Amino acid sequence: MGSTKTTTQGATMRGNTDRFGVPASDKSDLTGFAVGALRQLSNVQLLDRWGVRESVEKLVARATSTGFSTAMTAQRTVRSFTRGGTNATGQRSALAQSRGVFDLTPTEDEQMLVEVATQFADEVLRPDAAARNETCDTSEEAIAGAHEIGLHLLGVPESLGGVSDERASVASVLVLEALARGDMGQAIAVMSSGAVATALSLWGTQEQQQTYLSTLTADDPATASLALSEAAVLFDPALPATQARTTSEGYVLNGAKALVPRGLDADFFVVGALLDGQARLFVVEASAEGLSVEAEPAMGVRAAGTARLRLDGVEVGEHSLLGSAEDYRECVRLARLAWCALAVGTSQAVLEYVTEYVKTRVAFGEPVAHRQSVAFMVADMALELEGMRLMTYSAAAKVAQGKDASREIALARKLCADKAMRIGLDGVQLLGGHGFVKEHPVERWYRDLRAVAVMEGGVMI
Amino acid sequence: MAINLETPKKFRPLIGNAHQVAMNMLRPISRQYDAAEHSYPHELDMLAAMIDGMSDSGASEGAGASAGAKVEKTVDGATRNGTNMASALSIMEMCWGDVGMLLSMPRQGLGNSAIAAVANPEQRERFAGVWAAMAITEPEVGSDSANIATTAHKDGDEYILNGEKIFVTCGERADHVVVWATLDKSLGRAAIKSFVVAKGTPGMVVERLEHKLGIRASDTATLRFTDCRVPAANLLGSPEIDTKQGFGGAMTTFDNTRPLVAAMAVGCARASLDLTRDLLSQAGVTIDYDAPAQNQSAAAATFLALEADWESAYLLTLQAAWKADNRQPNSMHASMAKAKAGRVGSAVTLGCVELCGTLGYGESELLEKWARDSKILDIFEGTQQIQLLIIARRVLGLTSAQLK
Repeated sequence: MGSTKTTTQGATMRGNTDRFGVPASDKSDLTGFAVGALRQLSNVQLLDRWGVRESVEKLVARATSTGFSTAMTAQRTVRSFTRGGTNATGQRSALAQSRGVFDLTPTEDEQMLVEVATQFADEVLRPDAAARNETCDTSEEAIAGAHEIGLHLLGVPESLGGVSDERASVASVLVLEALARGDMGQAIAVMSSGAVATALSLWGTQEQQQTYLSTLTADDPATASLALSEAAVLFDPALPATQARTTSEGYVLNGAKALVPRGLDADFFVVGALLDGQARLFVVEASAEGLSVEAEPAMGVRAAGTARLRLDGVEVGEHSLLGSAEDYRECVRLARLAWCALAVGTSQAVLEYVTEYVKTRVAFGEPVAHRQSVAFMVADMALELEGMRLMTYSAAAKVAQGKDASREIALARKLCADKAMRIGLDGVQLLGGHGFVKEHPVERWYRDLRAVAVMEGGVMI
Repeated sequence: MAINLETPKKFRPLIGNAHQVAMNMLRPISRQYDAAEHSYPHELDMLAAMIDGMSDSGASEGAGASAGAKVEKTVDGATRNGTNMASALSIMEMCWGDVGMLLSMPRQGLGNSAIAAVANPEQRERFAGVWAAMAITEPEVGSDSANIATTAHKDGDEYILNGEKIFVTCGERADHVVVWATLDKSLGRAAIKSFVVAKGTPGMVVERLEHKLGIRASDTATLRFTDCRVPAANLLGSPEIDTKQGFGGAMTTFDNTRPLVAAMAVGCARASLDLTRDLLSQAGVTIDYDAPAQNQSAAAATFLALEADWESAYLLTLQAAWKADNRQPNSMHASMAKAKAGRVGSAVTLGCVELCGTLGYGESELLEKWARDSKILDIFEGTQQIQLLIIARRVLGLTSAQLK
């Protein structure tokens, strides 16, 4: 199996990026042009004198941190898929049954799973987090480790090679929380294929499950990614700019998806696109003609290997349409809930870290924790985090029971977006200048937590 | 065992009944008793009789504040949904109707909670059916309740109480008052005991009633005790001064009552949210849970933010009650619920007044009243700042000497 395709990496100028964030109304005058010319000249001289031009350019190719525009190509092997099965409804997980009792105790299975995920996060993800923030990827070992535990198959019924005999939404949020306590970026990377596996389990036809889901449940699983975000101000996932048009053979897709986790590595994508005025999900193989990906690093969650996915007249067959328009809406909600779980986990990491720090950092002769202004910030973190957690669990439990959780998910997302960012912000503040430097992880958590309000797709429960 | 945060199925009839009572009994007289401060809402006598009837038949599972720490039979070792949660849920509904009225409910005083929490079986029997107010605060002692100056001296089979208590909810209407007094001020908090004092006991007088910002249907009294003799058997809990056990006994009351005060704030805030949603919808603004908040109108986005905070307070309150029902340590969670609900109660009710403009501010709607009623809920049974202290000490593992 496998065909070779070209992947383009690097920075591309678009929108306001070629203006370095200067608003269109702000024009350079004569002095400005002269200063600009000087800058370009000094760049050339400095880079050559230090002999660092080559390494700088490599860095730029991976992470678009400056105004350079560089492209490089990489050869890699992309999996091909063997179609099989019929258009009939696929197999589904049973819904969880409620006893009608208010309960905050996870099941024994869930407790065991959380223990394993926590150990994995502590021993594999957390120690590598700083390095992966720089390389903008997640190690093969981490991904293989998560696959070995079966974390990517939580949403897949046993009959399809998964691990759950009923809808495992609660287990999924618990696992995402445990992983993100280790590192949010890597948590997204190791759960990226799981998002697609869950989507195929929930909405796939027999054919889609046999053709695509089987590659995710295999011993050497394929890589997949759920691409819903787009690079647009006021983006609403209900109205993606990416368009799908019906053809005699199937559909043709045009558009671009933003910040797609593991975009460079994915063998196939589940992409959101507008079909006849309604947002729908499409399975798109990475080898498809007209599809290209390029690295698109962001403020945080860099280990997730976020990428821009371009669809330029990509033709897909009829079998590629996944689920209904309502399923798309549900997909958006379930992804948002997964981001809430990530926010809870990373916020927990912040709380634990600053708790230790403020108790040991001494100022004016005693630990700073002895001051109410410091202690109250920690108390605020703790109580807002507990609320975030309860709202996330509350929504996940409704999802598991097959109930409409759109209200609960919207409120959880709002609360998590606001309070998690506050926790990230206060986490840096409580460490003072030490919070601002990379010697401590709080600056990374600050950057990661901003994602919660912004991201759509990528992970799903 | 399985995580589920929906309201327990067995309490839904209770919630439904409480909601009907709030809608049809409390709301129609809510404005009237807000205007006529200090006049007793006699409608509540009928209501209290009804609640007593429900309690006797076991149908209510503890509809009021008196629930406290009643013993609950366990079902196959599984999780319990007991009286603490039932009380929290019904109080939410009643306060959706009117907070002041809930606080004035005969035989459902905070003193009843204290009796339920710390009384011995004999006392529990003797004080069954009383209406007990709670008297802790003094003119010079608020949050630092370990410093109370009211004294109790043993004299034969009696204790002699001396001191002044303020901000006593139902201090005039209740037939009993649970009074905190110290047996020996030099021994600190361990010497503080609570005494049940029957109304009409010589030496106890109601000095005056407060005029207040909100909860005006509830009488808030100043009580003076001058050589007031109370039977020794009315001391709740142990008469011994156990310096090791310290404040524990008296303070456990708060672990049960704080989630209930949080429930009051949650109920009051939901009244504001429900009405505001309706008024906004009449103005053509509907709340879309799927569209990003920033793509909706500013009013809708504000509403979503308020509702999200409300939901957090609601679930924290249920969590604290659930932990109490399941005998899990809930001191920190009770404070989390109280702190979150207290601040959310203010943010939501004030935010809704703002969203509704002059319609919210004027007395034609109840929104302005709820914004006045909610403020006390971030103050009594421990202010916001006291709750944060408790939470911070727990999270940071600091003593009250380290984190003052």
